[in-house]
Amino acid sequence: MSPYRTDRILIGTLRCAAVVSGLIVAVVALFLVSESVPALRQIGPYRFFTDSAWHPAPHSGESTFNLVPMIVGTLTVTAGALALATPLGLGSAMFLRFYAPPKLGVIYRKIIELLAGIPSVVFGFWGLVTIVPLINSIHAPGASLLAGICILAIMILPTVALVSDAAFEVVPKEYVKGAAALGLSRWATIRGVVIPSAKSGLFTAIILQTGRALGETMAVLMVCGNVVQVPKSVFEPVRTLTANIALEMAYALDPHRSALFVSGLLLLTLVAGLVLLADVLSRRYECSQ
Amino acid sequence: MNVASNSTESIYSQTFGSEEPMSERVASLLVCGAAACVAMTFLWLVFDVFWSGLPFLSFDFLVDVPSSAGRRGGIGPILVSTLLILGVCMVVSLPLGLGAALFLSEYTSENTTSSRLVRYSLDILAGVPSIVFGLFGNAFFCIYLGMGFSILSGGLTLACMVLPLLIRSAEEGLRSVPDEYRAGAAALALSHTRALFQIILPSALPGIMVGLVLGLGRAIAETAALIFTSGYVDRFPDSLMDSGRALSIHIYDLSMNVPGGNNNAYASATVLLALLLCINAVANTFAHCWHRNLTAEAST
Repeated sequence: MSPYRTDRILIGTLRCAAVVSGLIVAVVALFLVSESVPALRQIGPYRFFTDSAWHPAPHSGESTFNLVPMIVGTLTVTAGALALATPLGLGSAMFLRFYAPPKLGVIYRKIIELLAGIPSVVFGFWGLVTIVPLINSIHAPGASLLAGICILAIMILPTVALVSDAAFEVVPKEYVKGAAALGLSRWATIRGVVIPSAKSGLFTAIILQTGRALGETMAVLMVCGNVVQVPKSVFEPVRTLTANIALEMAYALDPHRSALFVSGLLLLTLVAGLVLLADVLSRRYECSQ
Repeated sequence: MNVASNSTESIYSQTFGSEEPMSERVASLLVCGAAACVAMTFLWLVFDVFWSGLPFLSFDFLVDVPSSAGRRGGIGPILVSTLLILGVCMVVSLPLGLGAALFLSEYTSENTTSSRLVRYSLDILAGVPSIVFGLFGNAFFCIYLGMGFSILSGGLTLACMVLPLLIRSAEEGLRSVPDEYRAGAAALALSHTRALFQIILPSALPGIMVGLVLGLGRAIAETAALIFTSGYVDRFPDSLMDSGRALSIHIYDLSMNVPGGNNNAYASATVLLALLLCINAVANTFAHCWHRNLTAEAST
């Protein structure tokens, strides 16, 4: 115990700051749950999957709350974006660390960092004025699942690249030198030595980006077309869970509003699950080291 | 994104074995192709936005009031609202984040249950989608605390959002302060308070500034969390309790809801990108001088 009174005040204050910061996530969860409870009581969790359609506030007749098209939309956009961004991001990280001459590497890293900082609304706007017309010229209507996948892939790619690069960085230099001493070529070293030992870091990168892609709102809202349907091809418009919240929250009244909070809660649960999974994976890896 | 570790020590110079086989050439081609794709996309985006936005940009555009739903006129009130929202966000999150970072890195060990719990919850908070922050801000600040759609609710919602980022960078800055400083302070029987304000904080300052600037960049780029918290009103705000439209929301509204708003949307996007490039340059400068201090430290 410190003899100074100011010290006790200081440490008390700092502890308060830490506790408040730690509690924010609990308050967020608490409010989402409490706003979702009316819908979960009135509508029940099953109707979100079994109702005939998403008509939360019809002019006549009964409201229906089928979230399945939006869930499918979110999952397909995310899966597509990951399928596109993972190889490109990994390739970028390999280029940065193993292929680029030092000067080019520095410039390329700057580009990736700047790309990571571009706001999602700018990605969305750019997608709307360039990518959507481009896809429209191949297959109408342009604002589609494919446009969402492309924009989202560009958005998550820089972080995939930066986190994979960090994972490559911790691979012991001796491994690479040993591989070179054995006469392994560049690609054989990457495939046989670097990737296996950086595997857990790479997995963590991909899991965290999955969370980011699931929760992305503005860009997908602006390029996906936002029609509530289960898409039959990549050229059809879709609406994601996040876009649904952004579009309808402005005028939603209960129980519609509460139903939107249910979809927010669903997103929060998914993302929290992914964060915990990433943590468990990296911890298990640390233990095995 | 970690600006501080700029050690791009490429293994390019490493001599590898024979690069004869076909698979080797295919792999090189694919990796370099991926990198070229990414770089081209970035350049395409940036040049497209600046090329189409710069002709509409002028001093009048920056100070004028928008008219005809934003199709004509400028973004004066929108810039003011954006700055006020950022101000509220930083005034709240900076002391809170700094306090939490100091507690976590200086006054508690990493293995206590409480610090581990705080860290866990900050990790989850960092992953929460921005639209969920929007829902939370609407339910908590706007309705439960009765602030309504206002700059204050928007700023507070953003503060919750940037907090994990701030804490992590501040902690990194604090960890870079050599332990000898703490030992020296203890040997001089300085109180924790004096050691903190006169020794530890000043030497961790560049790292903390990097965090501050990154947080600012994250906050200025945010849209989804602000739609239902700070609102859409594009007049000059009279007070923090007024609704104010942020720059990013202006871009969204012009491109989605206002036919014929694309030119001004381009110009606003140019302003936003230029602001972010400035912020990034400032962060890099801080990170750079911090790095230099560290290496100077190590060599003495």
